[in-house]
Amino acid sequence: MQDNGWNDFEIGSLLRSFNGKAENIATTLQEDRNYSNSNSFTASVADWRIEKPVFNKDFCIDCQFCWVYCPDISIISRDKKMIGIDMDHCKGCGICVEVCPTNPKSLLMYGEHEDEESILAAWPSKDKEKK
Amino acid sequence: MRKMELKDIEVWDGNMAASHAMRQVQIDVVAAYPITPSTPIVENYATFLANDYVEGEFVMVESEHAAMSGCVGASAAGGRVATATSSQGFALMVETLYQASGMRLPIILNVVNRALAAPLNVNGDHSDMYLGRDSGWIQLDAYNPQDAYDLNFIAFKVSEDHDVRLPCMVHQDGFMTSHTAMGVKTLQDDIAYNFVGDFKPMNDMLDLDNPVTHGVQTEEDWHFEHKARQQNDLMTKVYPKLQAAFNEFEELTGRKYSMVETYNMEEAEVAVVCMGTSVKTAIEVSNELNAKGIKAGVVGIRVIRPWPFEKIAEVFKDIKAIGALDRSAPHGTVGMLFNELAGSLINSDSNAVLNNYIYGLGGRDLTKKHIYSIYEDLLANAKAGKLTTATQQYIGTRGPKLEFL
Repeated sequence: MQDNGWNDFEIGSLLRSFNGKAENIATTLQEDRNYSNSNSFTASVADWRIEKPVFNKDFCIDCQFCWVYCPDISIISRDKKMIGIDMDHCKGCGICVEVCPTNPKSLLMYGEHEDEESILAAWPSKDKEKK
Repeated sequence: MRKMELKDIEVWDGNMAASHAMRQVQIDVVAAYPITPSTPIVENYATFLANDYVEGEFVMVESEHAAMSGCVGASAAGGRVATATSSQGFALMVETLYQASGMRLPIILNVVNRALAAPLNVNGDHSDMYLGRDSGWIQLDAYNPQDAYDLNFIAFKVSEDHDVRLPCMVHQDGFMTSHTAMGVKTLQDDIAYNFVGDFKPMNDMLDLDNPVTHGVQTEEDWHFEHKARQQNDLMTKVYPKLQAAFNEFEELTGRKYSMVETYNMEEAEVAVVCMGTSVKTAIEVSNELNAKGIKAGVVGIRVIRPWPFEKIAEVFKDIKAIGALDRSAPHGTVGMLFNELAGSLINSDSNAVLNNYIYGLGGRDLTKKHIYSIYEDLLANAKAGKLTTATQQYIGTRGPKLEFL
C-alpha cells in the first residue's frame, strides 16, 4: 500500500476495514475476521505504552469488569473467561487495574520492560485492612 | 408523496428556482443554516418537505460549519445531499468544503453570492465565490433565475457521476438574481428527476457488508497522492461530463449552456469578461455597439472551476483587447479573472492586451455607462496594441480615480 501511486487509490481517501465482504462479523472472533491491512486491528500501537498491565490468573474471578471497561477492546475474554491482554492495542491506561475488584488485584501496572515472571513471583498478598 | 403541477413558465426568483430544482431531484438530506440572501432556498425546501412534496430529512444545525458537516456525513452515508449559503456563512463553511471535496462527496451547494465583511454588507458581489475557488469543488455560475434552476440539474448529474464524485457549487448573484423574479421555463417533476436519475451510492457508510472508514488521516506518505488524484479528476473527468450534460440538457429543453458563454464574439475585436448578472448588462451594451458597427463582444464564464483553459484560448484567439471584470476585492493583486485569463492566454497565439476592472463591490450597481467606458478603453488598447490605461482600475467608486500598475 505504501508503494501505491496516485492512480492506485480508491477515491475519497477512504479505507476499507475488511478484505471483501464483512459477513456474520458479530459472531466471528476478532482473530478470525478478514481484517484488511488498513484496519487498525492489524497495526500494533504497543509503543504508545509506558506502563503495562500484568494479569495474574490465580486471583481472577472472571467478573469481566476489565473487559467491560477497557476503552481499547484489549481484554481478551472467551466464554466469559478472562484469558489475557491484547498487548498490540493496550495503551496502558490502567483502567482495568482500577476496576479490578479482587483482593489482591488480578491486574497491576508495571514498567513496560519489567520481567513478567518475576512480577508474578512477587505478586502482593491479600490486603488485610480491606474488607 | 405528492407531485406538483408546474406551469410551463413560472414566475420565480433565483431562490425559488433553486429550491424547486432541489425538490424535483428529491434530495435525501438538507442540513442548513439560514443566511441572507440564500435563506429562502432552504426555507422553501423545508416547506416542500413539510407538505409532502419531498421524502427526506431537513436537519437544522447551529452554524454553517455544522451545516456542511451534516451534509458531509449524510453524503458519506449514501444520500443525495444539498444545501445553500452566502457570504459569512460560506466563509464559516470553508473548512468543511475542503473535507467534502477531498472525501469526494457529491454535495450540491447553492451559493447566493454576497459581499464579505468588514464592513458588513448583505448585497451581492463575488467575494464568497472567489473564496471557494481553491476548495476543490466544481463551480458553476448562473446569470439569472432560469440558469439557477437549470444548472442545479446539471450540477447533480455531473457531480454524482461515479467518474467525477466531486461536489459542485451553483452560484447566483445575491438579490439581483436571488430576489428578482423572472419567467422561468420549468420541467415537469418526472422529467426533471429522470434527467438527473436515481442517486447511485458509492462507498457509502450504510453499505454494512462493506465497511469503510471515511475522513482518514494521511501524512506525508499518502496525502499528496490523494490530492493528485483529485486534481487529475477535476482537470480530466469534469469537462467531458459537463459537456455531455449540457448537450443532453439542450436536447431535453432546447436551452443551451456552454463552459464559456459568448455573445457577439464571432466578429469581435474587443471583449469584456464577467460573471453573474453583469453578463446581461454587458450584452445590452454590446448589442448597442454592434448596431453601430463597433465589434465589441461579451464573454461570460459559466464554469469557474475547473477553469476552462482550452475553451478560453479558443474564444479569444482573434481578440485584440480584453477587459476582465472582477466583482471581488482583489486584496493585493489583480482580480481572479485577470489572472486566469492571463494564465490561459500566455502560452497561446493570442496577442490580446488584457486589463482589469474591479466593480460592484457590496452590491454597487454596474451601469451601462460603466461598460461603455470600459469598451472605450478596450478599443483604445486594441488600436494601440498595448495598454493605454492602468492594468487595474476601480470603477463605480467615489473619490479620486483608483488605478494601479
